[in-house]
Amino acid sequence: MSKYVMIQSKSPWESGDLGHFYALARELGQGENEVTLFLVQNGVMAARSGATDVGLDELLGGKVRVLADDFSLRERAIETLRSGVRASAIDEVVDLLAGGAKALWH
Amino acid sequence: MATITLGIMDPPYESANTPTAFRLVEAAIRKGHNVNVFCYEGATALGYAGQKQHPNAVHGASLEEEDHPNPKDWVKALLAYAAEKQVKLVWCNCGLCVDERGVESQVEGVCRGSPVDAWKYCEASDGVILIGTE
Repeated sequence: MSKYVMIQSKSPWESGDLGHFYALARELGQGENEVTLFLVQNGVMAARSGATDVGLDELLGGKVRVLADDFSLRERAIETLRSGVRASAIDEVVDLLAGGAKALWH
Repeated sequence: MATITLGIMDPPYESANTPTAFRLVEAAIRKGHNVNVFCYEGATALGYAGQKQHPNAVHGASLEEEDHPNPKDWVKALLAYAAEKQVKLVWCNCGLCVDERGVESQVEGVCRGSPVDAWKYCEASDGVILIGTE
């Protein structure tokens, strides 16, 4: 089992290949890996309550842990998150990197 | 204490990726980790010493009032923070990329290397992240 931290910096409405990144996260999770999807910058737009993003829908409630950067949330005045997403400091990414997680940025 | 390597590519004033990279470096130093930053392509201008503040005519703010932060000052601040925390921060520029852009004059503490150095940093690190451009 490997640890992965996958960092999503784009919103689903600005990048057409986001679905592939979500799918990779889902498939890594199904492969018994420990996967964290960290939403940052415009990536947090999909985490706000009421947002519709099919790719993220398929991840929430599954094996992939989904975090949203608290700084990016404050910048965008997002206070209420979708169920299954937790606000997090960027420190968690550092902890994962320090622990040997494999990192991917999109 | 771990060692973390970041690869960054975005030039200054262009992308939200840059402040995120700075935040990652700050958090890693604060947590007591050693950090290698390898700047490639446009990111080699982040530490360019020739950056200058400017006034904001739209808002009628003088240079002093605007106090526009330049990335070179963030680089300097991170190097100083690492020294204060007694951890190692290597801020290495791709030399070829520096020459292409004419940004040889860098703030103190920034070094010059090649992709071979980036590979060595990665090999010796617990965690590696590459923040690419679009």
